[in-house]
Amino acid sequence: MRILVGVKRVVDYAVKVRVKPDKSGVVTEGVQHSMNPFDEIALEEAVKLKEKKLATEVVAFSLGGPKSAEILRTALAKGADKAVHVQVSEAEAAKVEPLHVAQALQKLLEKDKFDLVFVGKQAIDDDASQTAPLLAGLLDWPQALYASKVEEGGAGFLKVTREIDGGLDTVKVKLPAVLSADLRLNEPRYATLPNIMKAKKKPLQNIPIKDLGVEIKSQTSILEVSEPPQREAGGFVEDVPALVNKLKEKGFVKN
Amino acid sequence: SSTLVIAEHDDANLAPITLNAITAAGKLGSDVSVLVTGANSKKVAEQVAKVAGVKRVLVAQDDKLKNNLPERVAPVVLASQKQFNFSAITAGASAFSRGLIPRVAAKLNSSPISDVTQIHSADTFSRGTYAGNAITKVKSEAPVKMLTFRGTAFEPAKEGGSGAVENAPSGDIKTEQSEFLGQELSKSERPDLATAKIVISGGRGLKSGDNFKLIYDLADKLGAGVGASRAAVDAGYVPNDMQVGQTGKIVAPELYIAVGISGAIQHLAGMKDSKVIVAINKDPDAPIFQVADFGLKADLFKAVPELTAALP
Repeated sequence: MRILVGVKRVVDYAVKVRVKPDKSGVVTEGVQHSMNPFDEIALEEAVKLKEKKLATEVVAFSLGGPKSAEILRTALAKGADKAVHVQVSEAEAAKVEPLHVAQALQKLLEKDKFDLVFVGKQAIDDDASQTAPLLAGLLDWPQALYASKVEEGGAGFLKVTREIDGGLDTVKVKLPAVLSADLRLNEPRYATLPNIMKAKKKPLQNIPIKDLGVEIKSQTSILEVSEPPQREAGGFVEDVPALVNKLKEKGFVKN
Repeated sequence: SSTLVIAEHDDANLAPITLNAITAAGKLGSDVSVLVTGANSKKVAEQVAKVAGVKRVLVAQDDKLKNNLPERVAPVVLASQKQFNFSAITAGASAFSRGLIPRVAAKLNSSPISDVTQIHSADTFSRGTYAGNAITKVKSEAPVKMLTFRGTAFEPAKEGGSGAVENAPSGDIKTEQSEFLGQELSKSERPDLATAKIVISGGRGLKSGDNFKLIYDLADKLGAGVGASRAAVDAGYVPNDMQVGQTGKIVAPELYIAVGISGAIQHLAGMKDSKVIVAINKDPDAPIFQVADFGLKADLFKAVPELTAALP
């Protein structure tokens, strides 16, 4: 089984994002970026499947501007065998929608055969949660999203436990398939120094997006990015009886 | 033009989030049709027909559609789209629709818009990005608008409709790709988190799963649903489906009581649209107090039992 793992470079999860004064977006310059945490989980699972001898090769994929190469190096240091960077210009990068990423993956899969595509359940920047099901739709492959456990499901199948709204469900999907990783699937490993050194020698292929025949033509234009309405702190109440009185005033507790 | 809402249900009852989605769909300014797929969808379709604002109910009942796997529902949606040429295909944002709507969108070469929280016009929407720390207003030029709606942002549609029920055109449903093996739904006597009027959540301050009894006792007095912070879930105090936050459930009840929760950004993203927020925490600098209408600086192990005892 060959696994292609999609990883996205995003503003680091620990950064408190700020909206630009002109409302054109959020401040990304001079801000720490890292691999989307859910993609890290997908990558970790792929590497684990290789360690269990269920997979033969793990290839990391990213679509983005020149700096996406940094997170592909991280992916190589965390156990990916190879990396593919589908390059777009900085101007194009701002216009990339999940549909474009799915289209690029589709084109890539036409040239290079994989049995499984694994991505995070969502990227923590756009919070769209679309790439996996869009790709599954384009390819007509089965999908198992929000995976919290991935097991062999008989020859040519995977058994996937998924986090759904009311609990968990389990589905069996036929390979080739598209999976997305949820938070509890695993805890990603850290890249060790020797592995970071080794990663420098692993192959990282650059493909300009036009070579795949995908055009970044946006269907969604951003009109304005604004701060969410701020809540005013209401202040402290003295003690429990004072809180009960407030709850009575608001009608949550009968007098 | 007409908008399609894809219904979500458990083979017996319509999911509450579909009622929120019907309200949202109505704001797009055209007729609302609802597609109900499943092994037992005719019964659910009768419920849908009575919802105010629903003009037409399309029913696809087929044993192959049991559990509504996305690989099998997508061709049914596409067959309906072929016949009716909807201007928008929508659903309430849930694990089900987040899998289905983009899958269908790919076939229609349309970029979907997830988790819409505000509708400005038939093609202009607002949604949260960066865990709700930025609100993005977008205009969609997609040939078909493929939308999911955040349930808490729209009132549920009420009863009082009389929609016409008809069979949906049949799609080419293939069954060899995927199979449903089973599910483990959390059983609770308490109201569902997503729809409860009052939600009480516990955090790491509870210190153990056993201590969540304090939260349950208070919840039972108030008829509340019970949630938890990610820290409490990660510490193993409670199961993950109780998690309120960006990576868990988004709630917006009338009253939210946060107990022993510091208020990490990711938790606030899941509850800050609640109408009234109460926070109980012993650390007066906890960020949760910055969003709380009423803060109580207290040891929760004393304050919560006292509060429970003081309530009628």
